[in-house]
Amino acid sequence: MEEMKDIVLEYVIEEYLEDEDEEIDYDTPLISGGIVDSFSMVSLKRFLENKYKISIPNEKATPDAFDSVNKICTLVNEFVK
Amino acid sequence: MSNISSYDERIKNFDWSISENELGYKEGDVINIGWYCSDRICQQGKADKLAFIWEGLGGKEKKYTFNDIRINSNKFGDFLRNLGIKNGDRVCLFMDKIPELYIGFLGILKIGAIAQPLFSAFGDESLHVRLDNAETKAIITQKRHVSKVRKILDQMPYLKHIIIVDYDGRKPLREREIAFSMDEAEPVENLEIFPSKAETPSVLHYTSGTTGQPKGVKHVHYSIISQYLTTKWILDLRDDDIYWCTADPGWVTGTSYGIIGPWSLGITQCVLDTGFSAESWYKFIEKHKVTVWYSAPTAIRSLMRAGDEVVKQHNLSSLRHLASVGEPLNAEAVIWSEKVFGKPFQDNYWQTETGSIMISNYPGMKVKPGSMGKPFPGITATVLNPKTYEPWEESGKIGLIAFKPGWAAMLRTYWRNEETFKTKFKNGWYISGDRARIDKDGYFWFVGRDDDVINTGGHLVSPFEVESALLEHEAVGESAIVAKPDEINMEVVKAFVHLNPGYEASPELELKIMNFIRKKLSPLAMPQEIEYVDSLPKTRSGKIMRRILHAKEWGEEIGDTSTLEDDE
Repeated sequence: MEEMKDIVLEYVIEEYLEDEDEEIDYDTPLISGGIVDSFSMVSLKRFLENKYKISIPNEKATPDAFDSVNKICTLVNEFVK
Repeated sequence: MSNISSYDERIKNFDWSISENELGYKEGDVINIGWYCSDRICQQGKADKLAFIWEGLGGKEKKYTFNDIRINSNKFGDFLRNLGIKNGDRVCLFMDKIPELYIGFLGILKIGAIAQPLFSAFGDESLHVRLDNAETKAIITQKRHVSKVRKILDQMPYLKHIIIVDYDGRKPLREREIAFSMDEAEPVENLEIFPSKAETPSVLHYTSGTTGQPKGVKHVHYSIISQYLTTKWILDLRDDDIYWCTADPGWVTGTSYGIIGPWSLGITQCVLDTGFSAESWYKFIEKHKVTVWYSAPTAIRSLMRAGDEVVKQHNLSSLRHLASVGEPLNAEAVIWSEKVFGKPFQDNYWQTETGSIMISNYPGMKVKPGSMGKPFPGITATVLNPKTYEPWEESGKIGLIAFKPGWAAMLRTYWRNEETFKTKFKNGWYISGDRARIDKDGYFWFVGRDDDVINTGGHLVSPFEVESALLEHEAVGESAIVAKPDEINMEVVKAFVHLNPGYEASPELELKIMNFIRKKLSPLAMPQEIEYVDSLPKTRSGKIMRRILHAKEWGEEIGDTSTLEDDE
């Protein structure tokens, strides 16, 4: 789980964070904080699916479930065998 | 009794002088939107009335009275003037939905400069083409977005000033950058307002077309005449209302009805500057006792998906009027809103080019779920036979939505693109580019676009722009962009991609291409699906036939393929 959190956090920083001075952690609000918008969520979902060889149903990929690295990892773990 | 009282009566006795008189405007007078939305309201005795409630992440809140709006917009105007910004100069607003965006907009207009709001999620290329077209002289932005400006700075010699509104001093400012803090700047009690006239340019909003680069839609200060009255009669705003327009002022709804409409009427409005979640939206309505709510079908469908339980957990009884714009509001959403909120979302229709609402449902008029309503009084709307450009004589025929030119908020031209502007008029009608039918009762029913432009979540995306950007990706040989149906956003972008030799189709490459477009153009333009193809269907002259791919996506008849060179 810890390793997954680091991977997801690093990906979010690399791909979605525009302000290089902004610091985020596992609990930083991503969707409600405006770091990842609803359209970009599709690419984040795709990253998780590719990386962990899973398929996340659309009804599970809600803004709330994607709102922090911690929440994302909890969701991903539901599908990782 | 609603503000419009009776739609049928208003139609019979309508004249735009109703709006001019209420705003105290006579032909030839000075008319400045910045002044109308702040100074005038203060002069009406509402200086201490709450104008703006802003809420950010974690419930952080800021409040401004109309006098605060007046003084803070003066600060912006004064600051810009001291930088050398003059009337007619273009000043871009590139920010999240923070107070500086709303108030800075008025400050720009007060000195006669032209406000150019751009969606803060735009990538560097989308930003560049729009700033380049407008030869923007200054950009007002935030720390979190400035990196995109820095990336393209060398290509923009005309951009003289980058104004950062939340500079914290942690790192030195760079070339052409300057800090400005609205809250901390010295109050400017008196600012000389630029004596703009009816036809003085006010706002430049960019919109996408099927071909070519995005077009800068030029509006003028006189637009307030229709923005004021449509806000009053359609959104039905009254003195004691708390109004929430969820649109971002990077798009036209966010300026026409998120700034100009409510503030020209002296109405208190609130803004939630956080990402979407059903829980936070309902909480916001409950906390601020929102009475009038103007939103978009994409958001409404997302709320529907979140379910009814979350609605029941909040007291939303303050809501008295709901309206929607962006793309057609499906009948299910209208019926759902009536069930859970006790009142239907009332759909309306307009465009960046029209500047104000053209077709709408009205308080007191029967709502036909799924219909966008009837033309606003003073607006002559029809659907034209696409072959003759004459209005269909019988009801129920599908045609081009068209308007008789002449309403106050109509675009005056496309910035530096008069040629394309002229193509928007046929046979004395302004052609919207959308198709609809009119029923026997005079209600308009949206059918779809008349071109390849994609309407995703209420925003237009040009296939040409995405295809051009895709060509810059090393793996892409050629591509075709079409709309794909989507339950929430109505349409999303889908790319058909033919790869260059040496590249293999894979999910990893798909993600790389998606992110490439997201960062270069915007999240809206990012293909949500990429299909790899060996070849694309083309005409014998080599033009990609998007309509064939579109038809397949939508399960429609492919139609005439006699000019097809290669059917995949």
